[in-house]
Amino acid sequence: MLSTMLEFAVILGLMTGLAILMGKWLTRVFTGRNHALAERATYRLLGIDPTETMGWARYGSALLLSNAAMMLLGYIVLRLQGFMPLNPLELSAQTPDLAFNTAASFITNTNWQAYSGETSLSNFSQMAVITFLMFVGATAGVVAAAGFIRGLSRSNAADIGNFWVDFTRMLYRVMLPLCFGMALVYFWQGMPQTLSSEALATTLEGAQQQLIVGAVASFESIKHIGTNGGGFFSMNAAHPFENPTPLTNMLHILSMLLIPSALTYTFGSMLMRRRQGWVFFGTFLVMFVGFLSIVYTAEQSGNPLLTRVGADQVLSATQSGGNMEGKELRFGIADTSLFVTTTTGATTGSVNAMHDSLTPMGGFVPLAQMMLNCVFGGDGVGFINLIQYALLTVFLVGMMIGRSPEFLGKKIEAREIKLVMLSVLAHPVCILGFTALAALWPDTLNSLNNQGPHGFSEVLYAYTSGTANNGSAFAGLNANTPFFNTTIGLAMLLGRFFTMLPMLAVAGSLAMKKNIPAGAGTIPTATPLFMFLVVFVVLVVGGLTFLPALALGPLVEQLQLLTGQTYK
Amino acid sequence: MTQVQTQTKMPFLFVGLLRPVLISAAFFMLLTGLAYPLFTTLVANVLFPFQARGSLVERDGLVIGSAVIGQHFTRAEYFQGRPSMTLGADPLDPSKSVAQPYNAGSSGASNLGPTSQKLIDAVALRVDAYRQQNGLAADAQVPVDAVTSSASGLDPHISVANAQIQVSRVARLRHLPEADLLKLVNAHTEQRTFGLLGEPRVNVLQLNLALDALKPAHQPPLAASE
Repeated sequence: MLSTMLEFAVILGLMTGLAILMGKWLTRVFTGRNHALAERATYRLLGIDPTETMGWARYGSALLLSNAAMMLLGYIVLRLQGFMPLNPLELSAQTPDLAFNTAASFITNTNWQAYSGETSLSNFSQMAVITFLMFVGATAGVVAAAGFIRGLSRSNAADIGNFWVDFTRMLYRVMLPLCFGMALVYFWQGMPQTLSSEALATTLEGAQQQLIVGAVASFESIKHIGTNGGGFFSMNAAHPFENPTPLTNMLHILSMLLIPSALTYTFGSMLMRRRQGWVFFGTFLVMFVGFLSIVYTAEQSGNPLLTRVGADQVLSATQSGGNMEGKELRFGIADTSLFVTTTTGATTGSVNAMHDSLTPMGGFVPLAQMMLNCVFGGDGVGFINLIQYALLTVFLVGMMIGRSPEFLGKKIEAREIKLVMLSVLAHPVCILGFTALAALWPDTLNSLNNQGPHGFSEVLYAYTSGTANNGSAFAGLNANTPFFNTTIGLAMLLGRFFTMLPMLAVAGSLAMKKNIPAGAGTIPTATPLFMFLVVFVVLVVGGLTFLPALALGPLVEQLQLLTGQTYK
Repeated sequence: MTQVQTQTKMPFLFVGLLRPVLISAAFFMLLTGLAYPLFTTLVANVLFPFQARGSLVERDGLVIGSAVIGQHFTRAEYFQGRPSMTLGADPLDPSKSVAQPYNAGSSGASNLGPTSQKLIDAVALRVDAYRQQNGLAADAQVPVDAVTSSASGLDPHISVANAQIQVSRVARLRHLPEADLLKLVNAHTEQRTFGLLGEPRVNVLQLNLALDALKPAHQPPLAASE
């Protein structure tokens, strides 16, 4: 118990230190004047002018169109898998609805997988489609945040930067070198990195074992640094080849938190408002620690129904105890709980345990974090989502004291609040609307792996994960049907761009405003009080929106677990 | 004049986007999807060839598995791993899936929720089997990892508690003193990394390899076919 607390404290401490280092680095990437040689060559190849300045609409268009082209290219290569090299197992191409789902999933940084990696994708597709889309999807997210923060930092300006410059720099100066360095540690720890597709073994008892291998280490590093989360293997980061040791597990966790936490520091640096950056970091951290303690307590307490049939779930010197169904022994309860909280907070979606088998309150947390979508959040977008709630907070507080709201020295007016509300509403409409549709869809029952409230949770989780661009699953749900592939694919695209684009518009609109000096009626936003106000607004808005749906799923399931009610 | 300046500086929304959009898609696919993983593979095979190929363990020149992947032990004279829910193609009808524990070609889990009767029944059955196999009392509590299935279906480890309970069975069947086996289990117990990360654990394949080295199994490995 004590060692668990110490472990959590050490990892969160490391995260904080890395946030400062990475935050400084990102600031230089976003504000540096000089272009490196490789970058200048790339600009020539793309035929762009690095000195062009873009308004938010053009910046957003470039992002949207380039993402569309990349998604289309990924889709085409997936459909042509049969004609591509490095496919010795002769895996056939994905169906059109599945390939659409996969391409949409990876370009939106969701990485929802309706397929299983081992039996569906060749080594070539894992690299040229999946690894590629993970890089560009994540980079696009950070670049959106770069434009966004730049917009907030300017006054009387019509532009928020140059999309192509931000994208190229982010890829060359951050993503590629970081991922390569991390891959070195990963294959040292035991991840395969080979062009072969399989290795055959004869086990000690004489049975044949087919081991699927491939370019796993290079895949894992971008998967977590990019908060992507799709697995090379079906069982994702629970698979020993994707996550062989407790050390890789910790590196996965730190990688996922790296950029989302660093952006608060970058924001503080670029706006010269460091205290404000730390207030946002604190907002993330307070919510994170709260959710972590819920998961850990629930999972360590275990499943009372299993104790009744003779399973010993008590923590001792020789076993971790707790609810071990769907968990890996090397991670036990502590490392699994931290991973669960991180992957759904920093909307990565990688899993090192099966969320479907979590206890009801353990499963409540991933759902809740994805619904709030701003407990660190994915690369770039998590920070944007937090600012959206900060704007909402100054607006609500401003209403209460009858002053016109201000934020970062700018007046917040009807236009900004309308855009914020569009983004705030698009998220639940997408989650709850699609869940309602699926609940009415006749075939849904055939896709469920569990009955009763847990079955409802499986569907709710799928659309929450898709919309929040998380990608983890209550994986018992068979989501590889045309209905689920199409609707979850749409949820991912809507969830991504209906929050990102309105918020870019907010940034563009704030950039054009002039700075006003803080007056007596200005609410100070760089204070612990404001931090708790934001947490409060996030929880109230999220709670009012999603509690009814959560009550039908994990909450009622928890009550039934206590009374011993089970389902076939 | 200012007007013209603004127009050249800030072109219309989509003007000039076609070329960078198309070229960036193709170029970044080549760079991040091919150049990066291929270069990494090259480096991996120079620096860590053993791990890069899947940490394959050989005995007498025969690949017997991967050091990080669990495998299925059914014979009582071996230490047994955790229950695995992986599936494989039915040998009689390849279009169907049947239970095939520790199938490293297709990782999988039960994905059963905590209130699933299927889960409770499966655990109850495993608890009974474990008690019988290890000569425990009919109401003995069994280490949870021994009766719940892992997330990957390929978990290479068991808890120290689980290994210690299995010692007396294996000692009896192998005609070895229990003390020697307890020592072997201790020697193969991996502690927390830096005293903090992960859980104390025993790698079942490596423990069984050491066991065979201590005293070979009764049946030669290849004689058993399933």
